[in-house]
Amino acid sequence: MELLGLYNYWAFAVVLMTGLYAVITKGNLIKKLIGLSIFQSAVFLLYITMNKVDGGTAPIVQKGVADQVFSNPLPQVLILTAIVVGISTTALGLAIVIRIKESYGTIEEHEVQNLDHDL
Amino acid sequence: MILTDHLPALQVVVPMLIAPLVVLMRVRGLPWAVATVTSLMAFAIAVGLTNTVLDSYSVTYEMGSWRAPYGIELHVTSFSALLLLIVTGASTLTLVAGKQSIDTEIGHDRQPLFYAAWLLALSGFTGIIVTGDAFNIFVFMEIASLASYVIIAAGSDRRVLPAVFKYLIMGTIGATFYLIGIGLIYMMTGTLNLADMEARIHEVGELRPILVAAGFITLGLALKAAVFPLHAWLPHSYTYAPHIVTAFLAACSTKVALYVLLRFDFLVFQQNLSTHEVQFTVFLMPLAVFAILIASGVAVFERNLKGLLAYSSLAQVGYILLGASLVSMPGLTAGLMHMFNHALAKGALFLAVACLGMRFTRLELVNLSGVARQMPWTMAAFVLAGLSLIGVPGTAGFISKWMLISAALQEGALGVALVAIIVVSSLLAVVYIWRVIELAYFGDPPEAGQSVNEAPVWLLVGTWVAALMNIYFGIIPSLPLSLASESAASLLQHLP
Repeated sequence: MELLGLYNYWAFAVVLMTGLYAVITKGNLIKKLIGLSIFQSAVFLLYITMNKVDGGTAPIVQKGVADQVFSNPLPQVLILTAIVVGISTTALGLAIVIRIKESYGTIEEHEVQNLDHDL
Repeated sequence: MILTDHLPALQVVVPMLIAPLVVLMRVRGLPWAVATVTSLMAFAIAVGLTNTVLDSYSVTYEMGSWRAPYGIELHVTSFSALLLLIVTGASTLTLVAGKQSIDTEIGHDRQPLFYAAWLLALSGFTGIIVTGDAFNIFVFMEIASLASYVIIAAGSDRRVLPAVFKYLIMGTIGATFYLIGIGLIYMMTGTLNLADMEARIHEVGELRPILVAAGFITLGLALKAAVFPLHAWLPHSYTYAPHIVTAFLAACSTKVALYVLLRFDFLVFQQNLSTHEVQFTVFLMPLAVFAILIASGVAVFERNLKGLLAYSSLAQVGYILLGASLVSMPGLTAGLMHMFNHALAKGALFLAVACLGMRFTRLELVNLSGVARQMPWTMAAFVLAGLSLIGVPGTAGFISKWMLISAALQEGALGVALVAIIVVSSLLAVVYIWRVIELAYFGDPPEAGQSVNEAPVWLLVGTWVAALMNIYFGIIPSLPLSLASESAASLLQHLP
């Protein structure tokens, strides 16, 4: 039962590997970037999962309530930063894909390689 | 507080704040001037910090006066000072020398953006070096990487695009692995401050997540540092990037990743994971040896000049790692010295390549036949830096290779094998540098009528400054040596 209770961590592992699989196997550059995004989202899930405390609530101190249990807010803040980093990476990746399309006329990895092979 | 107290913060903040201003500068030549002055300021700050570190042992700075471990702490040690000198020095010298080379490769309309990205890369690298906070390292690592992708992709050859895409994918996977590792450690210790982390892992009962974290962090950073066999992104990125960008990044980017790797493995994990030093050696020493042998071997057969030097860089990463994986005082000192000396040699070589790039559009070796007669100064600087790369006595490269060999000899039978490997790969270096020299000095110029001029004076001066520094630090190595041995001592202080 305990193994199933950690389902968020199982989801983390599955999503992580799904993303990595897409990055490695897909030849289409956009699909590679999608895989990379999935890969990064898995880590967001890991951080969000670990900050949750059973019965915990938002960390706001109230008058007269002393024994409140709080969830840890720090990982959420960290992951907010990591999401921004992830978006920038994806945006830059897509910009590069556009330029690849402009200069090669294709976004399939092996076709790009073949085009350069003749140089 | 006086201004000098804020140097650790200014080191990062100055280039970061000036970068967006550079984007707005539309006057021709102004972005270069401002970027160069900024880089010079960063170098001056690095020199100031080095002086302080040489006097007292280390400098700590509480960001926003929040006490560590709650706030972000900046921590400058002799190890950081060594890296700061390499990064800011490389950036300054390449910028000062490289204006004409950049002008020919990058259009004036794109230059403000290019220099802004350059400054962001500089700020990211220095940020990684000075910060004492694990998550902060991740953020700066991504700033530096994203900016590096941009300045590499500014190259005019279209083959740079697939290369940079590959770099982006692999770099992001590396950074994400690192992030997973930090997450696991945070889960067990509740801290992100490196010094605090090291202390709190003691209190952790179940060490398996820490072990997993060590694996993720080592692997992620090895990807960033282009440790063999995770180096696939490096050769093409360096080959097709603008020449000056290659000179800058080849001198510092992999070394910064190695710096973080060593800091984690020696300062955070060493004391807490039993037999960690054995695992470190068993895992990384074979990779270092393969990197040295295979990359040097590939360089011998490479047909593009920049590709040849890029593969040689991979071999040098191997040397640095080999020194570190000996986990001994002389070994680590040699590895750190090699960081400094390789930056000098490779910086000078790639600046010489930039000189050649002013006169040749393609840098295949066959194009360079007989070039030494037309560009004698460039090729003389190339030879000088090449000798340092090989490790000829009297040059900087000799110092670190000699130290590496004497460190290896203390390891008994294994050490003798390592020495043999170092000697073989140095001979391979002789072969691949000689291929260039033979062609340039003894080859026939392709067409008798075609005349090529010497490179612009300013670029040549920069190249020669870099080349002569190889000689200077080969004869008077006391500055990098004292920094390297102090850093090695601090990295090894926890060893049983």
